[in-house]
Amino acid sequence: MFQRLPDISGTTVHFSIDGKPTTGIEGDSVAAALLVAGHNAFRTTAVSGAERGPYCLMGACHDCYVEIDGTANQQACRIRLRDGMSVLTQHGKRDLGR
Amino acid sequence: MRSDKANTVVIGGGLVGMATAYGLVRDGVDVAVLDEGDLAYRASRGNFALIWVQGKGAGLPPYTMWTRQSATIWPEFARELEDVSGVELHLSQPGGFNISLDEGALGRRAAMLQRIDDACRGLPGFPAEGSFSVIDANELRKYFPEIGPEVVGATFNPLDRHVNSLLLFRALHIAFKKLGGRYLPNHKTATITPGNASFDIATEKGSVSASSLVLAAGIDNGRLGKMVGLNVPVRPQRGQILVTEKMKPFLRHPIQTLRQTNEGGLQIGDSVEEVGHDLGLRLGVLSVLARRAVGIFPHLKNVNVVRSWSALRVMTQDGYPIYDESRDHPGAFVCTCHSGVTLAAMHANVVAPMIKLRRLDDACGAFSTQRFHVPAAA
Ligand SMILES: Cc1cc2nc3c(=O)[nH]c(=O)nc-3n(C[C@H](O)[C@H](O)[C@H](O)COP(=O)(O)OP(=O)(O)OC[C@H]3O[C@@H](n4cnc5c(N)ncnc54)[C@H](O)[C@@H]3O)c2cc1C
Repeated sequence: MFQRLPDISGTTVHFSIDGKPTTGIEGDSVAAALLVAGHNAFRTTAVSGAERGPYCLMGACHDCYVEIDGTANQQACRIRLRDGMSVLTQHGKRDLGR
Repeated sequence: MRSDKANTVVIGGGLVGMATAYGLVRDGVDVAVLDEGDLAYRASRGNFALIWVQGKGAGLPPYTMWTRQSATIWPEFARELEDVSGVELHLSQPGGFNISLDEGALGRRAAMLQRIDDACRGLPGFPAEGSFSVIDANELRKYFPEIGPEVVGATFNPLDRHVNSLLLFRALHIAFKKLGGRYLPNHKTATITPGNASFDIATEKGSVSASSLVLAAGIDNGRLGKMVGLNVPVRPQRGQILVTEKMKPFLRHPIQTLRQTNEGGLQIGDSVEEVGHDLGLRLGVLSVLARRAVGIFPHLKNVNVVRSWSALRVMTQDGYPIYDESRDHPGAFVCTCHSGVTLAAMHANVVAPMIKLRRLDDACGAFSTQRFHVPAAA
């Protein structure tokens, strides 16, 4: 659904989504990179299990939680993409170990 | 201005007023609840949701027994309320712990609990083997493998439990209305005028007359009590609470300052502050709460806090509940306490039937306002 504007370019950043190697560009938020890669649902909710994805894209709604480098419930819209990042979509409640 | 009538008016739609009002309508009494609007002080929407027995009643054995009775009848009260309201309360009753990070504190706590037990020993229904146990850190690890090295031990009481107190609050409101009760928000009571066998209650939205009246207006009970000849010394006492993101269940038991809700969030509580009506939040206080939680469970240090709030407890002068009927103006009752979640079952199932019969019996004797009628020490 989402695609980059034609005049956007920059250094390529390599990261993975659920183990699958993917690329974004420097300056992307994790949320933007996931949306461009075709992920709309980043997680399922902790209570009903319904799908959720970024809604406000400005840190307010907490709907864009993902697990980043082993830590769950990270707001994807507020974290800048970094080279080598491992991003996992999330299912249900955070496990306290992560 | 409108004027209205009810057999019994309950002033205050918090947990105490609604539990009492629910008990009354269930017994067929015509009840109207007069409540304030959304901006009211309400302990009932900011509490810690424990049904808590351990430590209750130091200095007043009838309060220990009253609390034990409430915890004992809570499951039956909950079942019935769930049936009537259709709201699940998430009552969980595995027994509760109070965890200590300091050897001295654990010793003092155990001694305090022992004094309470000694004062209750032999009373009907009090367990001969005592009400609590003291558990060292090693044994505690069987219940909570994640506790940190600072933990020295805990006290445990099998009667301690917890519930979703916002759903309890909602269930009481729904059940009350389903059973025919009238809930009147935005009816802050300004004055009560006792008349001949009835009371005229002037509110911001018109007046209501009733032959019987229950003061359950939380920290406003002091002011209202004076209008019907009742001395009700209550004051606000602030408590602040932190709430974390939702996590997979890891806490199987409530801990007095830490519990995991049915939805997975962790509540970290709760401060005790004498600051009048100030509902502010203080980072210093909140960080003490967070520090203590991480002391107990070090793995909480990476968990995100998503909410914090403060609420005002309704604290009586000596900390014990007050149930009484005015001697000058019979038919005017007061029902107030600081553990309105814990005692909800008593208010609905024991106090309300007495109010219906217009007679608080001996079970309430220890909680009358008579105890405040002693000259203050110079
Ligand atoms: C931080 C904190 C933690 C707590 N933890 C626990 C716990 O774990 N377990 C437990 O058992 N208890 C706990 N409590 C206590 C519990 O929340 C209270 O005992 C209970 O909510 C009190 O209920 P209430 O109805 O008396 O008062 P409130 O909830 O304060 O309600 C008073 C009501 O009266 C209304 N009112 C006031 N004045 C008027 C007026 N003049 N006219 C009309 N209406 C009026 C208000 O609108 C309000 O609805 C806690 C409290 C706090 C603050």
